[in-house]
Parts: sequence; structure tokens; C-alpha cells
Amino acid sequence: MRDALNLALKEELARDNSVFLMGEEVAEYQGAYKVTRGLLEEFGPKRVIDTPITELGFAGLGVGAAMVGLRPIIEFMTFNFSILATDQIINSAAKMRYMSGGQFKMPLVFRGPNGSAYQVSSQHSQALESWYAYFPGLKVVMPSTPADAKGLLKSAIRDDDPVIFLEQERMYGMKGEVPDDDDFTIPLGVADIKREGKDATIIARSLMVPTALQAAEQLEKEGVSCEVIDPRTIRPLDIKTIIESVKKTNRAVVAEESHAFASVGAEITAQINEHAFDYLDAPVKRLSGADVPMPYAKNLEQMAIPDVAAIVAAVKEVSYM
Amino acid sequence: MPKLSPTMEEGQLARWLKKEGDMVSMGEPLAEIDTDKATMEMQALSNGVLRKILIQEGESAPLGRPIAIIGEADEDISEVLKTAGSAKPAKAEAAPEQPPEPTAAAAIEAKPGEAGPAGSASGDGRQPAAAQTGRVFISPIAARMANEAGLDFKAIQGSGPGGRIVKRDVEAAINNKQTAAPQRTGIGKPLPRRGEKGVVYGPSDYRDEPVSEMRRTIARRLVTSLGPIPHFFLTSEIDMERAADTRRSINELYPDLKLSINDLIIKVAAVSLIQHPQVNASFQDKTIRYYEHADIGVAVATENGLITPIIRAAELKALPDIAAEVRELADRARARKLKPEEYTGATFSISNLGMFGIEEFTAVINPPEGAILAVGAMAPKALVKDGQVAVRQTMRVTLSCDHRAIDGATGAKFLQTFKQIMENPLYLFLD
Repeated sequence: MRDALNLALKEELARDNSVFLMGEEVAEYQGAYKVTRGLLEEFGPKRVIDTPITELGFAGLGVGAAMVGLRPIIEFMTFNFSILATDQIINSAAKMRYMSGGQFKMPLVFRGPNGSAYQVSSQHSQALESWYAYFPGLKVVMPSTPADAKGLLKSAIRDDDPVIFLEQERMYGMKGEVPDDDDFTIPLGVADIKREGKDATIIARSLMVPTALQAAEQLEKEGVSCEVIDPRTIRPLDIKTIIESVKKTNRAVVAEESHAFASVGAEITAQINEHAFDYLDAPVKRLSGADVPMPYAKNLEQMAIPDVAAIVAAVKEVSYM
Repeated sequence: MPKLSPTMEEGQLARWLKKEGDMVSMGEPLAEIDTDKATMEMQALSNGVLRKILIQEGESAPLGRPIAIIGEADEDISEVLKTAGSAKPAKAEAAPEQPPEPTAAAAIEAKPGEAGPAGSASGDGRQPAAAQTGRVFISPIAARMANEAGLDFKAIQGSGPGGRIVKRDVEAAINNKQTAAPQRTGIGKPLPRRGEKGVVYGPSDYRDEPVSEMRRTIARRLVTSLGPIPHFFLTSEIDMERAADTRRSINELYPDLKLSINDLIIKVAAVSLIQHPQVNASFQDKTIRYYEHADIGVAVATENGLITPIIRAAELKALPDIAAEVRELADRARARKLKPEEYTGATFSISNLGMFGIEEFTAVINPPEGAILAVGAMAPKALVKDGQVAVRQTMRVTLSCDHRAIDGATGAKFLQTFKQIMENPLYLFLD
């Protein structure tokens, strides 16, 4: 996954001179998670820029650069630190195109890891997608495989709107086939059916996708055929693919790492109720992170995030098993 | 007392399979219970010791009445015993077959510290959704499927939480509906199209349907009661005044036709059979065969004995054709010139001993047919009509049915239709 992201950055930096990368430790240190390895060497300090620890500042620099025609990629070491930059992201990046009557485009990517890692506790384990998905004007992307990561990041960089690109620290080491075609892109706003099934639909994103796939495999052995849908893009959301699947299976489980309240899962559930009510055989079941700040203790941390067993149990619940 | 059949309202304890003091585990057979339909095994809903039996063998209890208490060996059950004694079944005590959640098991499981049976687990039991509140709980897709299949979902038992009817329940109901014999009763429906002249009908087509477990048991038990075919008999007295008039009028119009009352009976029986396909049937051990046409065997006495030439697809044939065909077949029967296919494979038979002055008799079914109609003599008789005694032509018919395939009510409904048309043959012309 790490290398797929690196490849996407490298290809896009090479393809378009207006693309540049900026963030904490992205250049000399080659990235806190080594996603930007080798980029300083290849593209030089004008295009791969280390910043001070000033999230609001360099996010603002990115917005300005985008307004004058560059295509900045701003890395947050983790999205927990993007909280400091939300004024620039929400008040500037998300609204500039609208408030200027379309005179300014905003070809800007904010990227970095989102969600839980390993024992980094309450302040460093937050899944913030619902924050950014909430505001009109931002696109929000959450890949779950190396290939998706590459194709989606390239699309995000080429997009003329600001994109929040949410990676997952636990998934940086994930292995998978990646097309080496340097024009390989995946369009934003298109969900992917990660596994086809007929009895229940599991809607999962990011870290929950591999978890859901494992659950589906286990359930298959028990005679329940699960369809696993990865929306890949939260904004715009490909609700059509989800609805079609639910109409087929009549049952839905939404799994997410984030807290439940006003979450992306809540939104998906609401839309299923709006568009597929007549096809449901059971209430849509949501699985979310525990409604507490992330505990530091390893055992509690594990319990705070939905796991394979929880998804299996949820699918059985909606299947009345 | 759990609900063990969809229509069950109370159950009789046939046999306890455990005695007081026995350890029981969840799912283990606890008792045998006679429901309105069958004797069902009831399984324990929780682990523990069978502390107290409240309903003895042979006693009955309405749904939801506690029948026993399962608890820990040393648990104090005096409180539960007190509550259990009251006649009014608490909602929570309606024990489900399989508790979906632990709270439901509290129905007959006495747990220390629990508020008591009445307070807990409301509506987790698997009962028809409407049982408690009159409201049916059904999932949207299940409602939609039931609607599309034309099913009345109020009759479906829900297997979801709180008795919610879910997709699989409707699917099961649709499957049942497809295998059940079509229900066509009453005379309101249009009669089948008349057969085209000159068309020769072969033996009737049919469909074979699997014999249900219940039907198999009926067959097995009844066969031991009366010969290899368990007969039962249904007799009906028919006012033949209009039938006789009809016959007379037709014969006045067509003197050559020589239409007999028996010809009319064949036609009416055939038309009635089509409306009651359950009677136009044959028990085939593993399946019950339902015929599409009414191939009527007509018993003809010859010097050598009884033979039953067949009027194929009699429901489709016009009265003059039936009259001509019967006469022709009977002549050849007496001359012993019938081909085997002309006297084998009827779906229903009629035996008429009226010409011998027999008022009423029972006929023996000609296997594998499912029924035979014994027709007595038509004679004037004092009948009470609208509170007045009147002299009317009457006739008594007796239907013998094979109880393995046909139940009493099924035969009775057929006979009701037969009588209705016979008493007013105009129905035949409402084609």
C-alpha cells in the first residue's frame, strides 16, 4: 500500500510540473510512514517541501498555491493533526470555488493516515471522515487496497476540487497487485463490489474492508453468501451500487471504524432506508467504533473497533440466524 | 405452553419426557404435547434442573400458561410458583420454541434477582405477530413478497424477533401454497369450456403431488380400520323436480335423444369434480394424483358382471354427446366388445341402482379412483319446502371416499356443489 501511494505520487509529480508535495517530514526524512520515500531525491526541494509543525499555516499555503494554478498535495502526518487546519480546509478550500463564482479552482489534495493505529491512544486514533464528508465542496476518498490507493490518489491529484484522501496506518504494509500503468486511475464516486453475494450486503470502507472480507469468508462456510461493497469514495457517495445490492440481498450491515453518532455509516443507513425500504427484511445493522475516546490498553483498543466476529454476528442478526 | 402449530390455542400434555429433579439442557426434548394438529415434541428452552411440573400428563393448558419450572438445583422458586399458579398467562411466559435472546428463556427459567416472569422479555417469543396486540409485524420485503404472491400474511407465523414475519416465512408460505391443491369451491365460477365436437379425449392428464407427512399418517392409520381402502360415506337427499323437468323439456325438443337422468348426473358430477379437484384424485402412496379432467366411469351391469365404461372429459361434453356415448358404450359392454382403454383409468365412478328401486346404498371404490357416487331411485316424496310439506321428486346419493386422499369436509363440499347444480340444472348452461 505504501509503495502504491508512493508510485502514484511519483507518477503524478513526473507527469505534471504544477504538482508539488508539502508537509511535515515529507522530504529529508522521506515521510513519517515512508510514503514519500525517494521523492525529494527525484524531484528536488522545490517540489517536495518540508514544513514546520504548523498545520494551519501550510494548509493555507496549499490553498493559496491552488488558487494561483498549482496542484498541491498536502500531507498531514496523521489526520488527527488536520484538526488544527480545519479552518483552511473547511472555510477556505471547501468554499473557494463556490464563493468566487467558479473563478478559482481548488486542485488540492490533503492526504495522510486516518483512524486507528497501534496503541497511539485517544488523540491519535481518530477516524474523521464524517467531519469532512459533512461539508459540501470537499471530496473524500478512502482506499482499501494498494491498487485502489494508486488509482484513486492519481484521480484525486488530477481533480480540480479539493480532495481529502484518507489512508490507514494499519494498512500501509498491506500487499496487493498494483497496475504499473502510469495512466491507471480509478474514477472518484464509483463503489467497488469487493465480493459478490446474495444473502446480505456488508458496506465497509478502509480498514473494515479486509475485515468484512474475512467475515464473508467465514459466513460462506456457514451458508450465508455476503456481498461486500466498498464505496471507496465517501463524497461523492455511490449510493446506487449500495442500493442495488441491498435490493438483491434484502439485508445490510454497515461496518466502520469511526464512532457511530452522525457517522458516514449513519448516512449510508439513512439512504438505504430512503431508497430501499421496501426491500429490507431486517433493520439495517450498524457496527461502529465504541463511543469512547480510543483506549490506550491493547485489549481495550481491540474491543473498540469492529472485528471479524462482530461482523459475522451482525450478518447473522440481520439474517435472523 | 409454547405455540407448536400455527393455529394452536391450547395444548394437552401427552407425556413428560423428564421428571422433576432431572437435569435438562437447552434443546433437549422435555415433553410431548398434543396440539390441534399433531403430537409435537417440546424442547427445553434453557439449561437447569426440572424443578416443578405444573401441568400433569393428560391436562391441557392455554398458550403461555407455565407448564413447568426449570431453575438451578438450589434456587428458591416459591415466588415463581406463586405467579405461575395464577390463571392469567403473562406475556413473557409465552415460551418460544427457540429463544432468540436469553431474556426470552426467562419464561420458564427462574433466575434469582429477576423481576419475575411478568416483567421481562415482552414479545420475544415466537408467536404469530398478531397474537398479542392485533398488529402484524412484518419486514418490508416480506410484506411486499406476500402482497405480490397474493398471500394473506396475517395467517403466516413469523420467525423473526417478536414474531416478525420475515422473508423466509413468506418464502415458505409461497412454497406451501404452490404444493397445496387449488381451492375452487362454489358455483360462482364459470364452468369449463365445452368440448369441441368430434374431439376424442384420451385418458386425463394429471399432476402428482407429494403426500404430506400428515396425509401419510392418515393413510396409514385409516387403512387399518376398513379394508385396504379406508372408505367413508356421505349421503345427500336431492330435490330432483327441476332435473326431471329439464330432462323432460330436452326430450320434448329432441325426442330421439332419449336423455336419461343418469346422463344428467354424469354431467353434473363431472362439472362438480372440476370445481373440487381434491375429489377428482387418486391416492398413490407417495403422491396424490389430481386429474385435470373428469373421466367418469359408468357402472353397467352385464350378464357377466359389472363393467365401467368411461366417459372421458365429461365436463367438456354436451349432454346429447354424453347420452349418445353412454348408450353406445353400454351396448358394446353388454356385447363384450369394449376395448381395455374404454373401461380402465377413470378418475371417478358413478353407480346407479335406481332402476332396481334401491333408495340408497353405498358403493365400493374402484381403485385407484378416490371416490364413487352411488345413486338411488328417483321417487316422489313428501319434502318440507319453505315450511310447507310438498310432494317432490327426490333422489338420494351416497359418495364413498378414500379417506387417504379425501377428507370429510372435502367430500361434503363436492356433494354440496353436486346437489346445488342437480337441484337447479340451469347452472349447467351458465357456461
